[in-house]
Amino acid sequence: MINAVVVNSALPWVALLVPLIASALIVLFTQRARDLSALLSVAAVLVSFVCSCLIFGRANIGAAEIPWINLPGLLRVPLGFVLDQLSRTMMLVVTGVGALIHIYSLGYMRDEAGKSRYFAALSLFIFSMLGIVLANNFVMMFIFWELVGVSSYLLIGHWFDRAAAADAAKKAFITNRLGDFGFMLGILMVWGATGTVVFGEMLPRLGQITANPSFLTICVLLIFCGAVGKSAQFPLHVWLPDAMEGPTPVSALIHAATMVAAGVYMLVRVGFLVQASPAALHVIAWVGTITAVMAGLIATQQNDIKRILAYSTLSQLGYMIMAVGLASGEAAMFHLFTHAFFKALLFLAAGSVILAVHHEQDIWKMGGQGRNVFLTFVTFACGTLALIGCPPFAGYFSKDAILALALQRDPLIFAFALFTAFLTAFYMVRLFVVVFLGKPRTPEALNSRESPTSMLLPLVILSLLALIAGFTFFARHFLPLPDETHSIAPILALGAMLIGVALGVFLYRGRNEDPLNLTALRHRFYFDEFYGWLIEHTQEFLARVAAFIDRWLIDAGAVRGASGATWSFGAMLRLLQVGNLQAYAFLFGLGIIWVIYFALFR
Amino acid sequence: MVTLGQYLGVSGMLFAIGFAGVLLRRNIIIVFMALELMLNAANLALVAFSRYRLGPDGLPNYNAQVLVFFIITVAAAEVAVGLAIIVALYRARRTTHVEDINALKF
Repeated sequence: MINAVVVNSALPWVALLVPLIASALIVLFTQRARDLSALLSVAAVLVSFVCSCLIFGRANIGAAEIPWINLPGLLRVPLGFVLDQLSRTMMLVVTGVGALIHIYSLGYMRDEAGKSRYFAALSLFIFSMLGIVLANNFVMMFIFWELVGVSSYLLIGHWFDRAAAADAAKKAFITNRLGDFGFMLGILMVWGATGTVVFGEMLPRLGQITANPSFLTICVLLIFCGAVGKSAQFPLHVWLPDAMEGPTPVSALIHAATMVAAGVYMLVRVGFLVQASPAALHVIAWVGTITAVMAGLIATQQNDIKRILAYSTLSQLGYMIMAVGLASGEAAMFHLFTHAFFKALLFLAAGSVILAVHHEQDIWKMGGQGRNVFLTFVTFACGTLALIGCPPFAGYFSKDAILALALQRDPLIFAFALFTAFLTAFYMVRLFVVVFLGKPRTPEALNSRESPTSMLLPLVILSLLALIAGFTFFARHFLPLPDETHSIAPILALGAMLIGVALGVFLYRGRNEDPLNLTALRHRFYFDEFYGWLIEHTQEFLARVAAFIDRWLIDAGAVRGASGATWSFGAMLRLLQVGNLQAYAFLFGLGIIWVIYFALFR
Repeated sequence: MVTLGQYLGVSGMLFAIGFAGVLLRRNIIIVFMALELMLNAANLALVAFSRYRLGPDGLPNYNAQVLVFFIITVAAAEVAVGLAIIVALYRARRTTHVEDINALKF
């Protein structure tokens, strides 16, 4: 009996720490043995996955809380876990998809020189992500939040000798930091108002925040900032497409199942807080909507296969945030759940194609891949159907849940969501037709070959999941599903999708170049240019002011002034040091006379 | 009758002569002798005070005389050390002139 209790409370710790241990072992000992490192990392994530399954299967599980920071009456930060259905499901998704991506990486990164480094970072990433999922308080979550930032930096910048990859890694990290700063302020405000950072203790004291609506709104919006950064929402979305510079499995891991899902997960985790503020909800819903539409529009004119998928991720994340903003955490999590599978599938399949055509990412240099890489073709088709919301694939159910919700709450948002559904179908069909149908456009595309089994196996498993994850009989074991509403939303969505598919096929079938040329979309609405301009003019100005202060006030005034004063005083005193004994004796005598004068006559 | 003031006057003059010698003479041995002169000026003052400032029981103040012995002892030790240093210095520099010895290290 005691044994069972010990095992129960140790399981979450094992699941969390094994990837960290693997990462440490790789970095410390097995850097040279690249295959051993890879195996260690894969074994670690599999252990985590098994632990997650066991945790999922046991109803009465509770991990011991370890006290960490304890200032009585002020601040209590334990190292503790929440193990409700939400976090259990997320654990399964993170470790499950993570495990598949690890296995896929075995094939994709087979001949990579930095394989050990890659797998160490991958394990570190899984550890950090599990930390976010399991954390039972804001401080712990924030720490793991930052760890995710660091490990994503390492992964995106894996090929750091390529300037683009190094820049993308920096961009991702810095953009995330912007959001995290707001997140931190939000956490501090919540702590200031309720006196606690533990989620469970916050709920009974919620009244202390809700009493002041404007405070609450600011608080929620600041916390939302964290999600805007991590989940790459407008206006901090710019890092995600650039992060495609990392290896493709990393794109799948970061942009499908885990990192970008962290923001949505966090908002659902503190859903009680978010939903207490209608004004903040409104903002959140519209940020999600803007992101969804904008990213969908941009995706229609991109030519890099991974970038198209990246913008589609943005768009789908917009859906999730929209659902959070419409006060339905269930719908958001449902879409996150299904999206994790089919987007990981799409990225991995895209990676398989990229490998097949010798690391070519431009879709206009592929074509006709349906014959050469048949299994990849089939699995990619599954992913595409799931993403555009074609029944009976998973995306259909989860997207319709959000659309129905939008129709119920806000018709305008619904209209945009519907438009996004159309866009999604359009750009995915464009991608699909250009890459897989038609004739090969380059010699590489003509002679492409199917990827190794270690890469195909995860694809097949993920295709199955993309097919069944949306069905109620499957999903209800994992999540509280949103209530089914009988509205015309699914029919409209289906219509939008069909129009998108038809238009995509009509426009792109048999083409060798893009018939559309929309400059604004091709240049991603000039966001990067605008940010570049903004930074040049604001940061440059601030930097000049700071440089002036540093150079003239601190350097010249304080530092050189102090040293100069000391130096000149020393130079003056040096004149007295003549080296003549009798001069010293004379000065000594004068000193004595001076002392006597003071002692006797003053 | 010699007064205390006269003794102190002589002591002061000795001290002044000694100090002038320390400041002005070039030969380090002379400087050293002048230094001894200053010590003895102090001794003279102490003895005079001992003799002229009698205690409540009519006896001289012996503290001052003890201090004089003490100074004589220390001066003897100082002479031993000081002359040794001067001899060493002379061997090293071939000079006993104060103004030639103006560096701590050579």
